[in-house]
Amino acid sequence: MENHQRIKSLHRAILLIGGMALLAVIALPIWRIELDAAQYPEGLELLIYSYKLDGQVDVINGLNHYIGMKTLHAEDFIEFTVLPYLIGIYGLAFIAVGLLGRRKWLYVLLGAFLLFGIVSMVDFWQWLYNYGHDLDPSAPIKVPGMAYQPPMIGFKQLLNFGAFSIPDIGGWVFIACGLLLAYCSVTEWRIGNVKQGS
Amino acid sequence: MAAATAVSLSFSACRPKGAGSAVSGNAAQRTYVPPGQYDEFYTFTSGGFSGQMSVYGLPSGRLFRVIPVFSVDPEKAWGFSEETKPMLMTSHGFVPWDDLHHIESSFTDGMPDGKWIFANSNNTPRLARIDLTTYRTSEIIEIPNTGGNHCSPFTTENSEYVIAATRFSVPPDGPASDVPIDSYKENFKGHISFVSVDKETGEFDIAFQLKTPGLNFDLSSAGKGVSNGWLFISCYNSEQSHTLLEVNASQNDKDFIMAINWKKAEEYFKAGKGTKQTNVRYAHNKYDEHTHTATHEIKTEVTVLDVADFDDLAYLIPCPKSPHGADVSPTGEYIVGSGKLAALIPVFSFEKLQNAIGNSDFESERYDGIPVMKYESALHGEVEKPGLGPLHTEFDDKGNAYTSFFVSSEVVKWDIKTLEVLDRQPTYYSVGHLMVAGGNSKKPYGKYLVAYNKITKDRFLPTGPELAHSAQLFDISGDKMELLLDFPTIGEPHYAQSLPADLIKDKSLKIYDINNNNHPFKTNGEAEARVERDGNIVRVYMTTIRSHLTPDVIEGIHQGDEVYFHITNIEQDWDMPHGFAIKGAGNSELLVMPGETQTIKWVPDRVGIFPFYCTDFCSALHQEMSGYVRVSPKGSNVALTSYTGNK
Repeated sequence: MENHQRIKSLHRAILLIGGMALLAVIALPIWRIELDAAQYPEGLELLIYSYKLDGQVDVINGLNHYIGMKTLHAEDFIEFTVLPYLIGIYGLAFIAVGLLGRRKWLYVLLGAFLLFGIVSMVDFWQWLYNYGHDLDPSAPIKVPGMAYQPPMIGFKQLLNFGAFSIPDIGGWVFIACGLLLAYCSVTEWRIGNVKQGS
Repeated sequence: MAAATAVSLSFSACRPKGAGSAVSGNAAQRTYVPPGQYDEFYTFTSGGFSGQMSVYGLPSGRLFRVIPVFSVDPEKAWGFSEETKPMLMTSHGFVPWDDLHHIESSFTDGMPDGKWIFANSNNTPRLARIDLTTYRTSEIIEIPNTGGNHCSPFTTENSEYVIAATRFSVPPDGPASDVPIDSYKENFKGHISFVSVDKETGEFDIAFQLKTPGLNFDLSSAGKGVSNGWLFISCYNSEQSHTLLEVNASQNDKDFIMAINWKKAEEYFKAGKGTKQTNVRYAHNKYDEHTHTATHEIKTEVTVLDVADFDDLAYLIPCPKSPHGADVSPTGEYIVGSGKLAALIPVFSFEKLQNAIGNSDFESERYDGIPVMKYESALHGEVEKPGLGPLHTEFDDKGNAYTSFFVSSEVVKWDIKTLEVLDRQPTYYSVGHLMVAGGNSKKPYGKYLVAYNKITKDRFLPTGPELAHSAQLFDISGDKMELLLDFPTIGEPHYAQSLPADLIKDKSLKIYDINNNNHPFKTNGEAEARVERDGNIVRVYMTTIRSHLTPDVIEGIHQGDEVYFHITNIEQDWDMPHGFAIKGAGNSELLVMPGETQTIKWVPDRVGIFPFYCTDFCSALHQEMSGYVRVSPKGSNVALTSYTGNK
């Protein structure tokens, strides 16, 4: 019965490595929004970390004032104070589950991680929506009916700027951890079912 | 009648063909750089009497930028902004113009290192250093004891020194220089300055000067490779005449190339053998990239070594007929003298020169105390019948030399070793200097040669009596030189340097980091924009960013106030300068680069409302980037106020 609850050592290794990778995500850019326009052949980029914004934030802020978009300031995002800890906790949780090796905890972790991912994306989408829609009515450039919500993922033309949004290295690590966690869970689920059946 | 026509036609057919057939079929393809693509070379070209230096691309001949050096430039506020005025200060005060003759790259191990370009001024003798990250003049130093700094700014193999030598010998500076002009032989002296260059910062310092007999120094080349440690200078007016030089300085069959052992001179200087001269005054001006401000100081001391006091510093090699170029081959073995009235080109051998010195194989009579070599004993050989009026020679990577001929208006290619003429091509017209890409280095890049022509007459659409000088691009990669392109130039180009684009293009600065801006009148963001009065001096701390100036409403200025607009461009985005101009200003606009602070002085001469605006179309709302100053009578009680947007 004890053995039925323990997970394969391969999966434990994946969890341990995944946990360490998640800890590294704290210091890596998670998402990137690339902007292109005729005047910016070299492009502008906005990098979103767990704790800060990077890239040409000032330049982008300077341009956004024409359409009345709020300027981006790291202080305005409560997420930047919480997110590094949350990611840290998930990283440690991966490692803990890897060390404990209990199947039950694996499923709990998967659920919690999916929840974290969904909540994060919803939150991100809300920010994008608010920045794109909450415009200063006295802005120099007003296009009736136009909103400037950047895409969460993929490409969208916003007046003269093309905005391309994709996960950055940290984001890909995050996604990879999620997929590996799901893979481990599904495989363990099958093993558990077979063993219960036998 | 028919016979007469036939005869005249057949005579016409005997006439040589004109320029029409000179261009080869696919020249257009070889010089065409498609839109959006880069040229292979940067070419830094002297502007001669414009006082500036221009930057072209090769092979397209496209003009990228004109860098102000010795002349004021209202477009760039050079010499008009408070920050740049000190750059044009001299011991004679503010000098707004000069004649920029030659340019030379900084070298490391005989190759351009892409750090700086040096330039000389021929009138009020100075030397300038242009930075190849900012493409701006960083430093200017004046040269004392010098009449016209023509023989400059040629550098040694590792740019240990930049040379500055007088074109017009004059009595040394100081009160004793008030002498009769016809006492030339007795009182007039030449001075050759060795200006050291700091390896890291590039900063100039006149290390020492060599005092020579009164001669006119024309051009020079430092030895390289086997001849490293030597300097070769062409000298004319060995007649030491002081009037009607056209005739009187053209009497001697041979003038000289002076060979100087500069390593030896440096040794003597370091051993304290020089004399300190303290009656000189010369300016040393530096531009600080962090304070965005130039400083000007006057120096009063220079160390002089008289070559006649030493037996082993300088030697004179006889060279036919008022030589212009003295050019050293890439290996350093050969020195080519170009006597501008000669009908041959003498090529001297460094090895033979050394042997002759070793054997004291000199003429019996010295020239004002300097040993004179026997012509034959230093001679490698002569290029026979090369053309008329050789001026300047450069080299390619395959053992060939290219000499410009002013009088016969052509470029001639010849073999350095065999001295055989290999090809000749006409220039349009009267070529002065020429430039082979890397042609003065140890390993020339070859491929392109540019001839700089003094006369263009029918080459371009006419523009009245004053016509452009021109550059003519030749492809020299094959056996025969091929004319590819003609393009007009800024001013009168005397020389140029081509650097491979890859050597420097990625080092080009994009913005000045606003956090490193240490300008004393910088405005730290719009919140600090303000106006301050101190007596009749008013300082406006103004910022620019797309698309507004802060403050843009200023009241409380009085007629006759000295108003200083300190404009800080708080943009940190590439290619986003903002300009500033105000009605009635007696100087120029400002063009302020991102992260930079620049100042323009304005003294309002009447009461009223004065608009000011951004002069560089910066953004869609550039036309809105403007403001007003209200000027009231002196002593008015209008409060000093300023704001942008709602009060």
